[in-house]
Amino acid sequence: MPENTANPGSAHPGTAGAPHIEFRDVVKKFGDNTVLNDLNFTVSKGERVTLIGPSGSGKTTILRLVMTLEELTGGYIHIGGRPLQYEEQGGRRVRIPDKRRRRTTTDIGMVFQHFNLFPNMTVMENIIEAPVNVMGLKKAEAEAKAEALLDKVGMAWKKDARPSELSGGQQQRIAIARALAMDPEILLLDEVTSALDPELVGEVLAVLKDIAAETDISMLIVTHEMQFAREVSDRVMMFDKGSVIEEGLPDKIFSEPENQRTQDFLRAVL
Amino acid sequence: MTPQNSWWDWDHAFAVLPQLLFDGFKITLIATVLGTLIALVLGLVVALIRRSAPRIISTPFTWLVEFIRMTPLVVQLVFANLVLSPYIDSSLSIGIWVLGIHYTTYMAEVYRAGIDSVPKGQWEAATALSLPRVRTWRAVVVPQAIRNTVPALGNYAISMFKETPFLFVIYIPELLNVAQNYGSTYFRYTEAITLAGLIFLAASYPTSLLIRRLEKKLA
Repeated sequence: MPENTANPGSAHPGTAGAPHIEFRDVVKKFGDNTVLNDLNFTVSKGERVTLIGPSGSGKTTILRLVMTLEELTGGYIHIGGRPLQYEEQGGRRVRIPDKRRRRTTTDIGMVFQHFNLFPNMTVMENIIEAPVNVMGLKKAEAEAKAEALLDKVGMAWKKDARPSELSGGQQQRIAIARALAMDPEILLLDEVTSALDPELVGEVLAVLKDIAAETDISMLIVTHEMQFAREVSDRVMMFDKGSVIEEGLPDKIFSEPENQRTQDFLRAVL
Repeated sequence: MTPQNSWWDWDHAFAVLPQLLFDGFKITLIATVLGTLIALVLGLVVALIRRSAPRIISTPFTWLVEFIRMTPLVVQLVFANLVLSPYIDSSLSIGIWVLGIHYTTYMAEVYRAGIDSVPKGQWEAATALSLPRVRTWRAVVVPQAIRNTVPALGNYAISMFKETPFLFVIYIPELLNVAQNYGSTYFRYTEAITLAGLIFLAASYPTSLLIRRLEKKLA
């Protein structure tokens, strides 16, 4: 790439070329229970990676660690080359304070299984809350942007509604718009259709497929929708007991998995 | 002419009623409203400190709250009046602050339960949006917590209203004290005390109905 070309991907100088997400010797324990054991993997910029595996295998924990919803027990996570939760200082592992963590997490958005919209706010207020109070946008700017996003997820007509007046599928589409309003470079999708009635799953997946097609946001996806995973992923990682036991292109993993446990798992869910 | 020894004397009833309403009830109302305001504000402050401040600050607050809750209001009134009256002229002010601070400890518990009732997912959504801590409290947690606490806070306000007669121990002319004074002046207690009781009922019952309606509306 010529040096005078603006590169929107390198917002943080000195980190160009670093993996977008990097797990380095990551350990996560809940009490005595080790959920992730010495996990190493990277995600490149714009890559979509789906995590599959039996429940309790640590997939959701990985997303929650990236969003700083869980505290690392050991190891490091780097986002665009920058340490997220802990960093090494003079050979010691030092916790990064919340305020500095938030400077990194503003580039990361997350959509939850149970939507987690703010019930005390309207749809519009939900979406502009962070752009106004975190990014410092003017209210009018944030609203214009929110309108465009609501349009994209097909919910512009409900902008003054309260979350409690909406169906699960509608709430989830608004939660997606809320995450996108922060212009994330990384989007974490944590079982986003698992709490939905079967007839509402399609509308949410359609919105996500559009976003995957139209943007170059890196995505880390935990889902039980294998067809969706196959369509949007660049790579699939199969987890079992906190370790990656097999990974590869979606066609490869879903059609001809090599590992016996992957085969058993896919036979059970497909 | 009504015989002097009859159980109920309307002349006395009509004579005492304006005093009860315009002197006693006025003081009772002022004490309740100001005491409630103090408790509403300080209660929230105490709850926030106990929930979010470091332990070195929150632990002493926990002790203080327990101490106030575990000692009788009357004792606190007498004690505060004894200690503070050289510095503060108005015993009504002292009474209002004691009432307010006493109920602060109860309302703080209500707020605390309200804060705990906000689902974990709300905190997580705030973190996912990188909302600063103060903004998370102000825009997400406190509004939802307060919504859950309105009925319980209202009941404590009524409860405070009914405990204002304790102010008589520091000689504040609230409703019951005015009734007592009338009684001891004319040796006619029945009318004054009965009417005082009825005034309490007439004020607190509609308020409790209002709170019940509010509770249904918020649910």
